[in-house]
Amino acid sequence: MSRIKEFNLPDLGEGLTEGEILAWLVKVGDDIELNQPIVEVETAKAAVEIPAKWAGRVQAIFHPEGATVEVGSPIIAIDTDPNAGPIEPSTTGAPAADLPTPSAASLAAVEVAPEEGMVEPGLIGGVAPGGRTAVLVGYGPRNAPAKRRPRKGGVPAQAAAAPAAPVQPAPAPAPVVPVPAANGNGRTTGAVLAKPPVRKLAKDLGVDLATLTGSGPLGSITREDVQRAAAAPAAAEPLTVAAPATAAASFGADREQRIPVKGVRKLTAENMARSAFTAPHVTEFLTVDVTRAMKALDRLRERREWRDVRVSPLLLVAKAVLLAVKRHPMVNSTWAGEEIVVKDYVNLGIAAATERGLIVPNIKDAGRLSLRELADAMTALVQTAKAGKTSPADMSGGTLTITNVGVFGVDTGTPILPPGESAILAFGAVREQPWVHKGKVKPRLVTTLGLSFDHRIIDGELGSKFLRDIGDFLADPEAALLAWT
Amino acid sequence: MAKGDPGAATRSKRAAPRTKRAAATGEPELVQLLTPEGERIESALGPDGTEYRVDFTDEEYRGLYRDLVLVRKLDAEATALQRQGELGLWASLLGQEAAQVGSGRALRTQDMAFPTYREHGVLYCRGIDPIMPLGLFRGVDQGGWDPNEFKFNMYTIVIGAQTLHATGYAMGVAMDGKTGSDEGEAVIAYFGDGATSQGDVNESFVWASVFNAPLVFFCQNNQYAISEPLERQTRVPLYQRAGGFGFPGVRVDGNDVLASYAVTRHALDNARHGQGPSLIEAYTYRMGAHTTSDDPTRYRIASEVEAWQAKDPIARMKAFLTKQQIVDDSFFAEVDEQARAESVHLRERVLAMPDPEPVTMFDHVYPNGSPELDEQRAQFTKYLESFEGSAH
Repeated sequence: MSRIKEFNLPDLGEGLTEGEILAWLVKVGDDIELNQPIVEVETAKAAVEIPAKWAGRVQAIFHPEGATVEVGSPIIAIDTDPNAGPIEPSTTGAPAADLPTPSAASLAAVEVAPEEGMVEPGLIGGVAPGGRTAVLVGYGPRNAPAKRRPRKGGVPAQAAAAPAAPVQPAPAPAPVVPVPAANGNGRTTGAVLAKPPVRKLAKDLGVDLATLTGSGPLGSITREDVQRAAAAPAAAEPLTVAAPATAAASFGADREQRIPVKGVRKLTAENMARSAFTAPHVTEFLTVDVTRAMKALDRLRERREWRDVRVSPLLLVAKAVLLAVKRHPMVNSTWAGEEIVVKDYVNLGIAAATERGLIVPNIKDAGRLSLRELADAMTALVQTAKAGKTSPADMSGGTLTITNVGVFGVDTGTPILPPGESAILAFGAVREQPWVHKGKVKPRLVTTLGLSFDHRIIDGELGSKFLRDIGDFLADPEAALLAWT
Repeated sequence: MAKGDPGAATRSKRAAPRTKRAAATGEPELVQLLTPEGERIESALGPDGTEYRVDFTDEEYRGLYRDLVLVRKLDAEATALQRQGELGLWASLLGQEAAQVGSGRALRTQDMAFPTYREHGVLYCRGIDPIMPLGLFRGVDQGGWDPNEFKFNMYTIVIGAQTLHATGYAMGVAMDGKTGSDEGEAVIAYFGDGATSQGDVNESFVWASVFNAPLVFFCQNNQYAISEPLERQTRVPLYQRAGGFGFPGVRVDGNDVLASYAVTRHALDNARHGQGPSLIEAYTYRMGAHTTSDDPTRYRIASEVEAWQAKDPIARMKAFLTKQQIVDDSFFAEVDEQARAESVHLRERVLAMPDPEPVTMFDHVYPNGSPELDEQRAQFTKYLESFEGSAH
């Protein structure tokens, strides 16, 4: 082994990537002992003295005070046998006369310390989200532009999934250090600036931050940038109801696909599981001849003032539910442990299938709306949902929900209550079916309603009456209106 | 080193033994047998009237001094090795040597110890090769010693968790009927002042108390839970907490190796005789950083460190040995040379530690492996092979 030894800056903390030379405690030509303090280095965690790893004579010092040095690059060369005569060429082939010049790579690894204030506090400059390194004890590195210690071969962890990906040769023996691609401002190219909550939002919404242009400070990506990007594709194809399974049918060799549970799917799963195992559900069904109601809808559409209004069977179902709630207020309630909270307002939830999964926005105080206002509110609600712009406020505070499974061509279902609600109505497909009408079997427009309710609050009698009233309205809306209002 | 039982404690109040009084000195009340100036105190009273004294031979005094110096030197070498990139991390015991050597030497062969990650001094006293913890902190093995052989459990990184393990172990000792005589087994659990805020430690207090476990809770109060000072951990002296749990507590000068020995020996003997748990608060100071990842200058002032420097455990022992003419200068030189040689030896062995094959990390998870682990090992092997020029 060569008698000239270069000492590389070690990782002085846990997962640190660089250190700043504060002060040299020795100079070239000094004779030093093992463990004699030679340099003061400040890292993100601490200012520490580094003791000499070898006794000998200081041959070269590679970095001035104030320089920021990458972990792993040489900072000092020590002649471990200074009295053995002239220095022979080292085994690496680099003539000793070249000192104090370390390898080019190690010089490239030196960077001037970033100016204070260059990066907004809280921003993390690293390519990897978070950029911080978990530590066992002590505090983590500061929020500075984080530079990842280069992996051997420079292959990211994901390469494991694709072993065929080209890999660089492992770095030659120390002191050669992989050179990070650095641009003019000292930041690694390809870095995306975004605060952690924005990164989380982008992840949840499936937006790739690298594809965005940031509008925030220093080009950082803001929440609005992400939301805009998320809304764009949805608006372009508003009718798409793409389930993840159809969108990504890339199965591996084991013919199984693993889809991470996150975002809307995760929330839905949690809500459904919580509700299913806390509220004792009962579901009742009622099949109704809605021919008259459909004809009434047609007449409604023909009216001039309704010309531009989207009128759907769901509108009539919503109206039916709202009128029936007025007659049976108890169904519009919440089980609150010690008490039952009965509400005088109906925030009517409409379950909507969107690109990102099931969401249930609700129409606030729907019971007070006229039919026209209700129609407008439902149209707005659906459009907002399809555009992916439904706000959390739109989705919270629902008191009773309708799920329109009929649009998928099925007859009905046994819906699960949204948490905190006591009744949910499934509205099945409206189809022409043989039906006994006025004593004869005739083709009639028929649908099946499925009502699930929380049996802690709603007995079979109340649930049945409520469902019956909805059915009565849909069978003969005019008569029901005359009778009830 | 200590043969027989040089430490003796009785409940008599004869001979007006000394106790450090807060009112008299401005210092906390604690059991002390050797002042910072190296003045020997004949005996000292605990808060419950227990009288503590030690009766060591000159050879035993010299042995304690040697332990203190060696432990400090080896610890310093480990810190240097970390700074030189040879260890990933190191938790230095600098300043706490007396608490560890005193309590460590008070253990009898049959006693079981549950350490934190800083008990290098106790480990040394248990006869374990000091290279062992360096393998752990170099990341090449899991620690390496056999806890059953040396009656010294593996280092526990999780704060306070080992007190639960120790309590369960001590309950087992009692259930096995191994208490009630001089040959009885006692258990000691080490932890710090910060750990007293952990639920684990308080649960251990409860269980050890109600099950009368043969357990000594040995708290090294080094004044800081990383950066949090003691005032943020407690409103009463830590040793007084024991009273609320129903067992005795005592505060000892943790920089006094003699008092640390006497108090620990007494508590262990009580435990081995079936008299249940007790709490020792060894009042000391962490002279260095919490770990090599820490910078104590950020949260404490230099004058405080200087004040504790004056209470150094080795300096007072050296002063005592000199004053009593137990040793001459050649002894100190000889000990220093031994420490130097052992630290050089330690360094050489650390640098020679082979890096383990990465896949061996799967080997010691379960005694007989598991299909999941096999799968993970296969995936990891494949991953390693994806690197060019890699042996894997």
